Amino acid sequence: MYSRAYKSLVSLPPLLWVGIFLLLPYALMFVHSFWMVRDGFIVHHWNLDNYAALFTKPVYLQVLLRTMRIAASVTLCSLLLGYPLAYYLSFHAGTRKELLYQLVIVPLWVSYLVRGYAWKTILGSTGVLNGFLQYAHITHAPVGFLLYSPFAVVLMLTHIYTPFVFLPIYAALETIPRPLLEASQDLGATPGKTFRRIILPLSMPGLLAGATFAFVLSLGDFLAPLLVGGASGTMIANVVQSLFGAAYDWPLGAAVSVCILMLTLALLFFTETFEKRWSFK
Amino acid sequence: MSASVANGSHVNVAAGGTLLEVRSVAKKFGAATVLKNISLDIAAGEFLTLLGESGSGKTTLLRLIAGFEAPTSGEIWMSGQRLDTLPPYRRPVNTVFQHYALFPHMSVQENVAYGLHVKGTAAGEATSRAEEALRMVKMHEFAGARPAKLSGGQQQRVALARALVNRPQLLLLDEPLSALDANLRKQMQSELKSLQRELGITFLFVTHDQEEAMALSDRIALLRGGALEQIASPREIYGHPATAYAAQFIGQTNLLHADVRGGWAVCGALRWPTGEADGPAIFSLRPEVIACARGDEASAGAVAFRGVVRQQLFGGANETLEIACGPEQILRVRIPAAEPLSGEHTFTFFPADAIRVRA
Repeated sequence: MYSRAYKSLVSLPPLLWVGIFLLLPYALMFVHSFWMVRDGFIVHHWNLDNYAALFTKPVYLQVLLRTMRIAASVTLCSLLLGYPLAYYLSFHAGTRKELLYQLVIVPLWVSYLVRGYAWKTILGSTGVLNGFLQYAHITHAPVGFLLYSPFAVVLMLTHIYTPFVFLPIYAALETIPRPLLEASQDLGATPGKTFRRIILPLSMPGLLAGATFAFVLSLGDFLAPLLVGGASGTMIANVVQSLFGAAYDWPLGAAVSVCILMLTLALLFFTETFEKRWSFK
Repeated sequence: MSASVANGSHVNVAAGGTLLEVRSVAKKFGAATVLKNISLDIAAGEFLTLLGESGSGKTTLLRLIAGFEAPTSGEIWMSGQRLDTLPPYRRPVNTVFQHYALFPHMSVQENVAYGLHVKGTAAGEATSRAEEALRMVKMHEFAGARPAKLSGGQQQRVALARALVNRPQLLLLDEPLSALDANLRKQMQSELKSLQRELGITFLFVTHDQEEAMALSDRIALLRGGALEQIASPREIYGHPATAYAAQFIGQTNLLHADVRGGWAVCGALRWPTGEADGPAIFSLRPEVIACARGDEASAGAVAFRGVVRQQLFGGANETLEIACGPEQILRVRIPAAEPLSGEHTFTFFPADAIRVRA
């Protein structure tokens, strides 16, 4: 048994960290969201106008909805890529498992920014993809929607977050005892039924964790829309950035942030309860 | 000559013809040969045990029959149908796994009904059959529980019900009792045996425990290094082991490396008449066929020798003695419980009890 003094001593640094770098900023943000800007200065005048603006000016809701659509698309795409990949690695990769695993992880070491610029080079009107399409006579002029569009944002974010989706799914699949799969087949289930009734339910916690990663991280992303999104690919984080920056409307920016935070927390709570329902140990 | 015909005796098993035929099956994993040319038949209604040490190939043979592995050569047939080319989910066999392999995300009831559901049995029938199967193994009160909430013995029963509910022609049991403690094990042994009698299902049971094999089986197939050492009824294999290995593995024995000359076998201080031809020969002499002759009475036809009691181990109903009857000759003797013994005594055995075995 550790003494009380020892316990409080070791728990102090993490508590301080969370307090100073997490709770305090959130509290400041929360308080700001109820203030207002007058004559270019932030006035400590308590009001709900910021929140009212969020729901009355269509631009915010529009961007928020687009952001959620993009985040949902990214989640779906990275699940469609990440799950089969994890499944293949876990069940069929054999001796190549380690190598393939490393290959999935390696892109995580490359800077986010570098990958963003790489997509710019690939997708641009004079980019690699358009060059190839014209060379192969599939198109005659550069295809415009490839870059500076929601499509480009989804593509880039899917590329970035697929490993984050892959990892928890792979971990979940690896912990499924293999005799369960034999038992399922032994009892007459075809491989398809074994997947639906045994593998998929037992990997559900990993799948949910991966989906949550992809959705939440995409929801708050502002670099991808900045680099490849263009005007039609603007996301809510870009709005927050401009409100805090050029517009100098911190109270409104704080209100938008509080909304995103609430949305994220609700989502985390939802998946948390869902994950608990799917774990059986 | 194959070891499977080692003993010419006939074993009467339950009525019915051959259910499963294993024909010259071999299995290699890379360069390692796990099974060498195994042939054996299982009769319908029989309780056959594959007995052997770890690495003897017994579990591999079971997995070949279940379909989790494919034989490198040879064929497996069941009721006139070739089995080894079918995927596991098309074979009319079910398995009770060593660590039960119950589905953790399903209730006991769902686990048992699983096999029926995936084969498209109507929900109502599946439920009632699952209930009946759970009743059979006395687990119906736990139908709604998750496997993680059950003890090892309870999980074992559910695994059994989950396999039996499909009414397989052949039930494969892969060391199903090895994870249970001794008392529960004994109890489950007797329940397994009576269940098998009641249902008339053919059991193929894998174990490394020779006592368990003897208690349960109609016949024992003793495997050694991927080959069949002997296949016979427990009584036959105990009374007339074909090889020195079989004699040692099943029960305890004294192996006598004797020299036969002119109708007499000689091994150290022991000398007894035998019908074997001249030359070196190995005999198996079970500890319980040796008697301790207190006083001077010696039964007619018995061979007597002198031995010094080295050690006496009390076993409740009997005593196990280690006796020295020569400079380098120690024999194990089992006699009914007696008072502590020491010093030199006369021991006797009947020559017919010294069984000639192959090396």
